[in-house]
Amino acid sequence: MEKAVFIIFAIVAVGSALNLIAQRNPLYSALSLIGTLASLSALYVTLHAQFIAAMQIIVYAGAIMVLFVFVIMLLNTPEDHPEIEKQQWLRYLAIPFAAVLIGEALYVFREIRNITLPAQGEAEHAIGTTWSIGTNLFTQYLLPFEATSVLILMAIIGAIVLARREES
Amino acid sequence: MNALAIFAVNSIFALIMQAGGGGFFQRMQDYLKRFEPNLVNFMMLSFLLFIIGVAGVLSRRNIIIIFMSIELILNAVNINLIAFSRYLQANELVLRQRGIMVNPIAGPVFTIFIIVVAAAEAAVGLGIVISLFRNRETIAVDEIDLLKW
Repeated sequence: MEKAVFIIFAIVAVGSALNLIAQRNPLYSALSLIGTLASLSALYVTLHAQFIAAMQIIVYAGAIMVLFVFVIMLLNTPEDHPEIEKQQWLRYLAIPFAAVLIGEALYVFREIRNITLPAQGEAEHAIGTTWSIGTNLFTQYLLPFEATSVLILMAIIGAIVLARREES
Repeated sequence: MNALAIFAVNSIFALIMQAGGGGFFQRMQDYLKRFEPNLVNFMMLSFLLFIIGVAGVLSRRNIIIIFMSIELILNAVNINLIAFSRYLQANELVLRQRGIMVNPIAGPVFTIFIIVVAAAEAAVGLGIVISLFRNRETIAVDEIDLLKW
C-alpha cells in the first residue's frame, strides 16, 4: 500500500511541478502548485508525520495559495514572452554545471543506499503527533519559536507598508 | 486493498510500457515488485523538486511564477527533513546503543519554521509585486532594472 501511494503521489508531485514552470498562464501554475503541495502532504502521511501533513494543507493550500491567486487576479498581466531572451550563450554553460550537480547527487544517493535503514523499527517517540511537536516546540525550541513570532510581525508590517497606496 | 493498489499501478505501467518492448517492461515490473520506498527515494523526489524549482527561478520572466518556484524549493527541503527524521526515529534505539543521541522531532519542528518563513516571504514578496506593478506597470523580471548599473 505504501509503495503504491509513494509511486502515485511522487509522479503527481513531479508532474505538477513540471507543469508549474511550463505553463504560460500564472493561474494554471498556481493550480499545479496546489497539486504538488497536496501530493507532498499525502507523502507526509506515509512518513507518519500527520500534523505536518494537515499543516501543509491548511497553511499552503489554504493561506499562501489564496494570496497567490488573489495577486494574480489583481494584476492580470498576459505574458507574451514567457522566457528570458537575453544571454542565450548561458544555456551552453548550463550543461556542464547541470552535469556536475547531477553527478554529485548520484554520488550521495549511492553512498546512502549502502546504509540499510529499516523503516519499521521500534520507535520511542512519535514524530507526527501534535503532542510531541508541541512539547519540543515549547521547551527545547522556545527561542526559535519566539524569534519566528517576531519574524511574522515584521512580515505583516512590511506587507502593509509595501502594499499601501501613497498619500498626498 | 494492497494487492488491488499494486495491480492498478502495475497495469498503468503496463499500458505505458507496451510500446517500449518486452524486456524493458519485464525489468520494470520486477523492479516494482521488489520496490519499497526508502530514504533514497524520498531524497530523489526532493532533488527532482529542487531542480525543477531552480529551473523555474532561472528561466521564467513572470515574478509570480518565480515566487511559486521558490515555494517548490522550500517544499523540497521540507520533504527531506521529514524523511530524515522518520528514519532517525526508526533507528533511534540502535543509535542510542552506539552512544549517539538524536532528537527525531527536530525535523517536524524545523519544517514548521520553514512553512512560517514561506508564508512571511510570500506576504512580503507579493506586497513588493503589487507596489512594483503600481509604479512600473510590469512584473517581468528583466524589465525591472532600476538597480542595474
